[in-house]
Amino acid sequence: MPYPTDRKYTKEHEWITADGTMGITDHAQESLGDIVFVELPKVGTEITAGKPFGTVESVKAVSDLFAPVSGTVTTLNDALATAPEQVNKDAHAAWMVKIKVKDPAEMNALLSAADYDKFVSEEAGH
Amino acid sequence: MVREIVRKTALNAVHRQMGAKMVEFNGWDMPVEYPSAIGCGIVAEHMAVRTGVGIFDVSHMGDIRLAGREALAAVQHISMNDASRLAIGQAQYSALLYPQGTFVDDVIVHRLGEDEYLLVINAGTREKDFSWVRDNTRQFDCQVEHLSDDFTQIAIQGPKGVDVLQKLTDADLSAVKFYWVTRGTVCGLKNILMGRTGYTAEDGFEIYIPPDEETSARVWREILEAGKEYGCVPCGLGARNTLRLEGCLSLYGHEISDTINVWEAGLDRFCKMEKPDFIGHAALEKTKAEGVKKTLVGLEMVDRGIARDGYKVLDESGREIGYVTSGSPAPFLKKNIALAYLPPGQAAVGNTVKVEIRGQGVKAQVVPTPFYKRPKKTAKSE
Repeated sequence: MPYPTDRKYTKEHEWITADGTMGITDHAQESLGDIVFVELPKVGTEITAGKPFGTVESVKAVSDLFAPVSGTVTTLNDALATAPEQVNKDAHAAWMVKIKVKDPAEMNALLSAADYDKFVSEEAGH
Repeated sequence: MVREIVRKTALNAVHRQMGAKMVEFNGWDMPVEYPSAIGCGIVAEHMAVRTGVGIFDVSHMGDIRLAGREALAAVQHISMNDASRLAIGQAQYSALLYPQGTFVDDVIVHRLGEDEYLLVINAGTREKDFSWVRDNTRQFDCQVEHLSDDFTQIAIQGPKGVDVLQKLTDADLSAVKFYWVTRGTVCGLKNILMGRTGYTAEDGFEIYIPPDEETSARVWREILEAGKEYGCVPCGLGARNTLRLEGCLSLYGHEISDTINVWEAGLDRFCKMEKPDFIGHAALEKTKAEGVKKTLVGLEMVDRGIARDGYKVLDESGREIGYVTSGSPAPFLKKNIALAYLPPGQAAVGNTVKVEIRGQGVKAQVVPTPFYKRPKKTAKSE
């Protein structure tokens, strides 16, 4: 499936938009399988680029969420507490948290949609 | 040089073709789930088996045949259940034990003939089990054969499993009771063994067909086709695990192992101490008198969180008292459940404990097991 070009991606399979909205990629939801639990930090939590800030669980697996960039959590997608399967239905719409990005320059280090697509297909080829 | 070889069943190419997500399991390259694009995924596969029918490639399971004048005596010596109670065509759940009363493996013992038995064993313990059985039955006039590679084994599970298989065989399956076997023509293949057994806490059959890829693929596809009207889906190891967990069926290396004994695992009803002797008998007599230090219980999460294999169980004050052997969301029950070892004093139904999840104690409660029991058929539908 095509990855939206309005956002950046990480090799840990998260996406983030310029305004700091974050989620996991379609590839991530596909490899996790049926998602049953999303654990997010409290509003106000400082998160650090590359460090885990939450957890996604499928029936089978527990997976950490890694922060694409550093920042402060401002909003949570509360709907995921009762309907985590929304992530399976549309991972690129089912955002998880919004953050206030600390240093917008950190965004430059992230992958473009095309680069992420290439990264995922190379990973699958191994 | 020792090289790790990942083994493949005869249906491997079929699984890949269907888009299954593959994982290594006990040295086997197996499907964990099939894609959502064909109506699958662990939850959908699980629900299909509870409400309709699903099929599993279980060819990684092993098979040992014991045949000869003293086959019964040999089986009695190496297993804890009483095989003398088996009529020809009947099967029973049992286990092979070490002298200390702990588990070599759990098995299904089938009596196929007057002096012929088939043990169906776990994938991860095939070689160990075969050596164990061979070495401990030398004193008996009985041949021991390792037949693990002689079959493709397919499990057809769910309330509609019998209807699907009945479309493909001349055998009268309504005459086969739970934990009995029959033989018949299946998909044109003569003399196929069909057992009304499984690992899903549901009705169903397991069939043993020739292991070549062409036959295996043809039968797999014919079953799926025959099952279409009942919503039959292919199922992977993911659903197999959640189904057996809801039914509280033990998994080797989790609820049972070489360090856990029969009493701790709560498998008393399959262990016939009145049998004069079997390997493990003496130690079990002793440990029974002494009492157990831990016992297997069912837990249901009260607060938000999912217990997983290996997580610690704490008492209300935060002291470590036990561990989770298997934990998962239960797709049919729609609860988060777990099996855990706890001290007997903490094992009463209703007792509240905590499961340590990412450093936090999350409230759980001891509940009756099994978590799921299939509804009894009415006399009419039987």
